[in-house]
Amino acid sequence: MGAYGQLIAHFAVLSLLAVGGVPTVIPEMHRHAVDVAGWLSDTEFTNLFAIAQGAPGPNMTIVTLIGWHVTGLGGALVATAAFCVPCCVLTYFVFQLWNRWRDRPWRVAVQAGLSAVTIGIVAAGALVIAIAADTNLARFAITLATAALAWWTRLNPLWALGAAGVIGALGFA
Amino acid sequence: MTSDAAPAAPTNPGLGALFVGFLTISIQAFGGVLPWARRVIVERRGWLSPAEFTDMLSLCQFLPGPNMINLAVALGVRFRGIPGAIAAFAGLIGVPMVIVLLLVTLYEGIGPSPAVDDTLGAIAAAAAGLMIATTAKIAEPFFRARDWRAILIAAIGFLAVGIFRWPLLWVLFVLAPLGVAAYWRWRR
Repeated sequence: MGAYGQLIAHFAVLSLLAVGGVPTVIPEMHRHAVDVAGWLSDTEFTNLFAIAQGAPGPNMTIVTLIGWHVTGLGGALVATAAFCVPCCVLTYFVFQLWNRWRDRPWRVAVQAGLSAVTIGIVAAGALVIAIAADTNLARFAITLATAALAWWTRLNPLWALGAAGVIGALGFA
Repeated sequence: MTSDAAPAAPTNPGLGALFVGFLTISIQAFGGVLPWARRVIVERRGWLSPAEFTDMLSLCQFLPGPNMINLAVALGVRFRGIPGAIAAFAGLIGVPMVIVLLLVTLYEGIGPSPAVDDTLGAIAAAAAGLMIATTAKIAEPFFRARDWRAILIAAIGFLAVGIFRWPLLWVLFVLAPLGVAAYWRWRR
């Protein structure tokens, strides 16, 4: 199997294992890319992960970067497609069914139960991100100030992110 | 809270609007797409009500794959069928792919830099605050409705994943049936 075939095989499987999102499969992605396939070193994986996290957009761009690292632009496109197409097709069919069952009583219960779980998972994600990011008091203050701003005002949060970037660049956080 | 004031009229986006909407989401979304997705879809463009957004998000959370990619597909399909899904997906992913490829090229040219690390670190701290506010906005209707069942289930999920750091997959497999069962019985 060529390099493209290996990328497709790995990321298409991961796509359908990623219940809960990309973070669920990061450990397996790391194990395969570094230890099994030897596509990159541990440090290279960490650096690509940091770039994907630091850039705007969905966090799945780590997949794009791994593909790029293996075979360049073609690999980037192939890995991204392999990771997105299976779950997108599944989502399409599930939502078709979901809409067809709109008025069934059991659907109401399923939706209510899943929504409740989702609140907890989203809250946990916020906590985990905050703990990872707030390595000093100034960053903790930035987190609180941004949360307050986003809750009480309609100001575009990009202002908060931009201000934080300036504070960090000047060495204050 | 003032930010959920409904936009003037509910809109039914076309292919171009879906593409541009998700493009807008993607290029602003530092440190997490969810806050921006909710801001654009619910607060700015009024494509979904707060409750509809939470419903759609929760199903996407339980389907495999990146949650926000699934959300783009689900929303695109809802308004414009498969072409809508492709438009939303392309809008969400196109520019970020170009950006990370440019960044990685740049990064390999200049190597790691403390100033860049400090800047990204401070932006990540702000992004965490944004995520907290979005969590509050999603949870608020459940508190207002005094839906203690939902809040209890959410609290268990928060403890399991956020505090005890149990694997998300297993928490979902156990907690989702419990959550559904809780509503199943009480709704009869």
